[in-house]
Amino acid sequence: MARILSILVGLFFTVALAWSFGKGAYTQITEPPAATAEHEFHLHPKELHLASDGPFGKFDKQQLQRGFQVYKEVCSACHSLSHVAFRDLEQLGYSEGQVKTIAAGFQVPGVDPTTGEANTRPGTATDYFPKPFANDIAARAANNNAIPPDLSLMAKARHDGAAYVYSLLTGFQAQPAELLKEFPDSKTPAGLHYNPYFANLNLAMAPPLTGDGQVEYGPGNPKPTVEQMSKDVSAFLVWTAEPKLEKRNQTGFAVVLFLIFATVLGYMSYRNIWAGKKH
Amino acid sequence: MAETEGVRRRDFINIAAVSAAGVAGIGIVVPLVSQMSASADVLAASSTEIDISAIQPGQAIKAVFRKQPVFVRNLTPKEIAEANAVDASSLRDPQTLEERTKEGKENWLITMGVCTHLGCVPLGAGEGEVKGEFGGYFCPCHGSSYDTAARIRKGPAPKNLEVPDYTFSSDTVVKIG
Amino acid sequence: MSFPWVKHYTPAHPFMKWMDDRLPIPRLVYNAVGGGYEVPRNLNYFWNFGFLAGLCLVLQIVTGIVMAMHYAANTAVAFDTIEMTVRDVNWGWLMRYAHANGASAFFVVIYIHIFRGFYYGSYKAPREMVWLLGVVIFLLMMATAFMGYVLPWGQMSFWGAKVITGLFGAIPFVGEPLQQWLLGGFAPDNAALNRFFSLHYLLPFVILGVVILHIWALHIPGSSNPTGVEVKSSSDTVPFYPFYVAKDGWAIGVFAILFAIAVFYFPNALGHPDNYIPANPMSTPAHIVPEWYFWPFYAILRAFTQDFFFIPAKLMGVLAMFGAILVWFFLPWLDKSPVRSGGYRPLYRKFFFFGLIPAMAVLFYCGGAPAAEPYVMFSQLAALYYFAHFLIIIPVVSAIEKPLPLPFSITEAVLGKDDEAQLSVPAAPASAV
Repeated sequence: MARILSILVGLFFTVALAWSFGKGAYTQITEPPAATAEHEFHLHPKELHLASDGPFGKFDKQQLQRGFQVYKEVCSACHSLSHVAFRDLEQLGYSEGQVKTIAAGFQVPGVDPTTGEANTRPGTATDYFPKPFANDIAARAANNNAIPPDLSLMAKARHDGAAYVYSLLTGFQAQPAELLKEFPDSKTPAGLHYNPYFANLNLAMAPPLTGDGQVEYGPGNPKPTVEQMSKDVSAFLVWTAEPKLEKRNQTGFAVVLFLIFATVLGYMSYRNIWAGKKH
Repeated sequence: MAETEGVRRRDFINIAAVSAAGVAGIGIVVPLVSQMSASADVLAASSTEIDISAIQPGQAIKAVFRKQPVFVRNLTPKEIAEANAVDASSLRDPQTLEERTKEGKENWLITMGVCTHLGCVPLGAGEGEVKGEFGGYFCPCHGSSYDTAARIRKGPAPKNLEVPDYTFSSDTVVKIG
Repeated sequence: MSFPWVKHYTPAHPFMKWMDDRLPIPRLVYNAVGGGYEVPRNLNYFWNFGFLAGLCLVLQIVTGIVMAMHYAANTAVAFDTIEMTVRDVNWGWLMRYAHANGASAFFVVIYIHIFRGFYYGSYKAPREMVWLLGVVIFLLMMATAFMGYVLPWGQMSFWGAKVITGLFGAIPFVGEPLQQWLLGGFAPDNAALNRFFSLHYLLPFVILGVVILHIWALHIPGSSNPTGVEVKSSSDTVPFYPFYVAKDGWAIGVFAILFAIAVFYFPNALGHPDNYIPANPMSTPAHIVPEWYFWPFYAILRAFTQDFFFIPAKLMGVLAMFGAILVWFFLPWLDKSPVRSGGYRPLYRKFFFFGLIPAMAVLFYCGGAPAAEPYVMFSQLAALYYFAHFLIIIPVVSAIEKPLPLPFSITEAVLGKDDEAQLSVPAAPASAV
């Protein structure tokens, strides 16, 4: 009885699935889905190698400082960095005094101590990077209806985060002629910018890094080409997203090494205890 | 003999394996314990700058330092004289006013607003608050009285109100911590 | 558990005797995981996963308590408190990654544990109750993991909560009010986040309780073994301590190495990038997927694309998704084969390796893939097999299959002969722990 019931229930589900499968397959044959420009022309991020890659990765502090400079002078006009405090910059090799100076260069929201009205004041080391726009509506209004995303976690919030940022920054280009030939309706709308590394190909952000030397690197640093600045800011965003990366790698090395040692001992002990016991 | 050697070697490996497990256990406990101590953002917010230009002699303000009240008091000459009139060695926690203030700024008495008995906030800094029988601060919880140098004079508190580390950034701004 | 040859607890120290007379915890431990628990000598490494699952539960409870110390269940700050934990709390990054990857590790272990049960027939009499409690644990784990994933209040958290509670909306008549009741609102918000946090903290302790029952129920008949032949004599078993303590011990080492590699070097590999974007109720991510351990069931949910007579496709999907797990409850009565282990069931074994395992693999893969062709069609075929396997193939196979000859005893299976077993009396089923 249970067996018959079970087979009936089984038939219910399997027939329903076969029905779904059949209909789906039929639609697939009669009306194959049309190709889309996003599908044909979207590119995976380019390769990017950073000092922080791999199990022994360490931050290249000089590069992070350059990346921070690019963020400060270019990106910060539109993009917030809300999870990072100025004090964190000491990890990039800045001294306490330098951090204070950097912080004081930013205006952060404050309160007038006599009237209680909202105002701004120079930042201190414990402040977080201020947001460039008061709220989402202001951000939309100033940016062609697109909100510039916060960058603190960008390197973890996209697949291949750092490589994605680097590819996006260096990937702006004219829309390929083949694309327009194949998909005449997919012309980049006015106010958007074609970039094959962006998921739907057209991006509200105008190319932010437009010319070599846009940011002036101090002596002893590589030439600030668009390529170099993109790499540096990507490296910087890896740090903002995962400031504990170095400590994680180092701790991991010690832990795994110890565990291998302990496990070998455990295995020998196991062999000992079971010695002579066939199983 | 060979037999016991073998047994010893086996025991040794078992003991070593159990010891390794013990070390691993300690290794796990360390982060579990240390995660509860103050985090980086809390430690970073450990200095405060206070504008003292508006405090008239005889007045005091309560500011916040490390999430606790700190009293900044502009002593009158009379209060200074009262504090200096006491023989410091006769006190429970012997200290002179001079030792509790900065040179040349003896009128600025800056102390934590935390009673050294059990951590209540003493009265006396606010306008019109009871200052206790020694004219300084009075803790309402268990009746500790502090004098005009914020030294303990009466009641259960064992120590004078703590003087935090501070420096005068200018004549009107004090940086605490 | 009492085979006649089981050693009884004798306190070695006067204090232990004093304790044992008043609160017999030493005796309980001795009988549960000590010298007083006799276990078949022939267990293979698949039998280590029960112990590992227990370890995972402890790991999750400990790291979870730590996370709760730094977390605030409020939509305005939940995301930030997690980031603060990772960035500023001492070892906070380790706690967070260990907890997030601990959930994955727990499910890896539990899936292997469950499939061990499928193959070796561990659900069969007299261990039905062990199995049923196990399925309850699995359901509780899924609920706990789902609610835990909502807590960071990232994009996937929010949309996961919305989609999964949306499933309840498929139930006829009561669906919509039920969904509103679950969320305490029209969409996931503070009310939902707070109750999810409360339940996420509560459920692990419920799981712990059911785990204790699971182990208790196991200790009545004792552990099964790869031959599926019940224990007959003292030569079939070894005491848990030291034998299986040593074996589990070194297996924990291997597990810990793999887990440490994941936590320290690939902490985000199993997560989804979108969950590093704060929740935004106004914009759905392009491709929403649950955590990997839900993928097979998510694939089944999405496999139903057509209304079936009067049943809407959405409801069919929900029924099938829950049905896919609920069917496990009936397994002990669907599989009537007198032979327990798949090793002695040639036909069942074929279906297990060439049917169930590939179907599960396809469901895993398609559940994580976008809801597009050909993934939907593959998951339809795999889901079809899944239901056929449990509801049709297992009952039919168990009726028509001719099993291989079983060894007389565990000892015979291990040593090739069993002199003792001829003489000894078969063990009577025990009635107490």
